[in-house]
Amino acid sequence: MASTAKTIEPIISAAWGKPQSWTLDSYRKRGGYEALKKTLQMEPAAIIDEVKKSNLRGRGGAGFPTGLKWSFVPKDSPKPKYLAVNGDESEPGTFKDRYILEDDPHMMLEGIAIAAYALGVHTCYVYLRGEFKFPAERTQAAIDEAYKAGIFGKTVLGKDFELNCYLVRGAGAYICGEETALLESLEGKKGWPRLKPPFPAVVGLFGCPTVVNNVETLASVPAVFQQGADAYAKLGTDKSGGTRLVCLSGTVNRPGVYEVSMFTTLAELIYDDKYGRGMPAGRKVKAVIPGGSSAPVLGVDELDVAMEFEALKVKQTMAGSGGVIVMDDATCMVRSLWRVARFYAEESCGQCTPCREGTPWQTRLLRKIEEGRGEPGDIDMLSNVASSIAPYPPIGLGNTICALGDAAALPTHSFLMRFRDEFEAHIREHRCPFGDKPWGSFGDWS
Amino acid sequence: MAEPLFTSEEQKTFDAGIAEIISHYPPDRKSAGMLPALRLLQEIKGWLPPDGLRLVAKHLEVTPERAMEVASFYVMYHLKKPGKYVIDVCTNLSCSLWGAEKMLAYLEQKLGLKAGEANEKFTLRETECLASCGTAPCLQINEDHHESLTQAKLDAILAKLS
Repeated sequence: MASTAKTIEPIISAAWGKPQSWTLDSYRKRGGYEALKKTLQMEPAAIIDEVKKSNLRGRGGAGFPTGLKWSFVPKDSPKPKYLAVNGDESEPGTFKDRYILEDDPHMMLEGIAIAAYALGVHTCYVYLRGEFKFPAERTQAAIDEAYKAGIFGKTVLGKDFELNCYLVRGAGAYICGEETALLESLEGKKGWPRLKPPFPAVVGLFGCPTVVNNVETLASVPAVFQQGADAYAKLGTDKSGGTRLVCLSGTVNRPGVYEVSMFTTLAELIYDDKYGRGMPAGRKVKAVIPGGSSAPVLGVDELDVAMEFEALKVKQTMAGSGGVIVMDDATCMVRSLWRVARFYAEESCGQCTPCREGTPWQTRLLRKIEEGRGEPGDIDMLSNVASSIAPYPPIGLGNTICALGDAAALPTHSFLMRFRDEFEAHIREHRCPFGDKPWGSFGDWS
Repeated sequence: MAEPLFTSEEQKTFDAGIAEIISHYPPDRKSAGMLPALRLLQEIKGWLPPDGLRLVAKHLEVTPERAMEVASFYVMYHLKKPGKYVIDVCTNLSCSLWGAEKMLAYLEQKLGLKAGEANEKFTLRETECLASCGTAPCLQINEDHHESLTQAKLDAILAKLS
C-alpha cells in the first residue's frame, strides 16, 4: 500500500543502522551532548519546567508525564537522590529499548546527565534485564567513553557537579520492570514490589528520593532541549509530546521497531509501506494487541485508532510499552491467550494471593480448553478468576500490590469479550478448531 | 580435604570483581551488590555452588540464607550445575506465531531432552519473552541471542557447539 501515514523526522531512531552509531564520536558528530551543555547553563527548576512543557510522557508502559514525575522529588531532602533507569524490557511484544541500547546508547546517557543535573542526583543506576548481554556490553562501553570524556565523573563537562553511572544487570524476572520491584532488585533483594504510597520520588532506593525512568524516556530528553519544549510538544498530541517507538511483531510482512507520529494509526502501522507492509499472502488481520501483552486486545474493526495514550484509552485498551502484536485469521485465540497467561503465571512474584493463585489457575483453565477438555462452566470460571485478580473495566484498579495483576487479568477479559465464540467452540467441539495448526503455517517451522 | 572453591586465577578475578561491585554502593549498603556478585560467581564457576554463595554473603555482610533467597528468585542463576550449553527457547506469543512451539519440539527430539531437562552438554528450557519479538523465533544459548531462526539456521548453530 502506498504510504499515507504522516511522515516524521525520526528523533530516537535517526542513527540506527549507521556505521558506529553507538560510539561517542558518532554521537557528537550528530550534535550529541549539545543539549547537555545547554542545560548545564540553566537552573534545575527551569529544566524540569521545560520537560513539563514538552508533554513528554513515560515510555515504559504507564505513560506518566515525565516533568511532573521529576517535580515530585523533594528539593529540600537531606538524603541523597538517585536516578534509576528502567531497562528491564521484558513484556511480550516489546523490544524497542534494546535498539536504543545497542545502536545509540549515548542518547540515553545524555538524557541521564540532563535528568541528574535537574534533579540533583549524583548516582545513577542503569538496570538492564539480565538477558540483555549485547545491549549491556554496548551500554557499558558507552558509559566508559562518557567517563573518559568527562561527561560522568567528578565534573560534568567541566561543571562542578559529580555524577556517577553504574550498569546493573538483572537475572531473569519480568517483575523487576515494575519500578518498586526494580528498586528492591537494585538493593540486592528478590524483586518484590512495594506498596505505594510512598512513591519512589519520595522514598525510593535505599529509602531516598528516586526517579525511575524508562530507557526511551531518557533517550527522548535531549531532543526536548535540542528542538525546544514547544516544538517537541507540537510533534505530538495535546497531552503527549514528541514521537514514539512502536514494536511491530506477529504475522505481518515486516516486523520491526518503527518511530512514528502519535497520530499514526494501528492500520497504518500494519499496512503502510513505511512500516509493516501488510499481511502475508492470503492472510487477514484477526486481532491486534496494541501495547504489549497486557494491553487489551482489539478486533480487526478497531484498527483505525491513533497509537497514543488517550486515543487507545478511549478504546478501553492502552498504548503501554508500544508492543503491537498482530494475529492473523489462522491464529487460535485460546492458544494465544494461553501463551500470554503462562507468561504472567511464570512471572508473578507470588507476593499477593490473587495474582499468585489466579495466574496459574487462568493458565490451567486455558490449557484445558485448548486441549479440548473444557467444560461448559469453564469460561465463566475463567472470567471469575480474572475478575478476582483485577476487575474490568476500569483499567488499573486490581486487587494486588502492583500492576502485574492487572496485566494478567486484562488480556483474559478482553479476549473473552471479543472472541468468546472461539472459546465456546473449543468446549462445544471438545477440540481446538484449528487442529494442530493453531498458529497457521507461518514461518519456516511448519 | 575439601577442594578449594577457586583456582588462584579465579580467586584474583573474584576478589577484583567483588571489590569493584562493592565500590558502586554506599558503604553501609554493600548488600545491594548481590545481583552483580552472584553474576560474577556464576561467570567464574558456571553455576552458584553453596560455598560460593556463602562467600558472596560474607563479602556483602548478609546471611547465606539471604544470598540463597535472592539466587533462587531469579531464573538466570543456576543453583545446580547446568549443561555446558544452556538453551532457552522463547515460546511466547510473537515467537509462537513464527513457529517457536515447533522449534522447541524439534530441539527436544534432536537433543533427546524435554524442556526442563539437562545432560552434561545441554540444558534445555522453555522461557518467556527474550525481547526479540520482531526477529522471531528466538532462543539464547548461554546468553547469546539467535534470532529469525529457521531449521537450517538452528542446525548450523548446533553443529558448531562442541
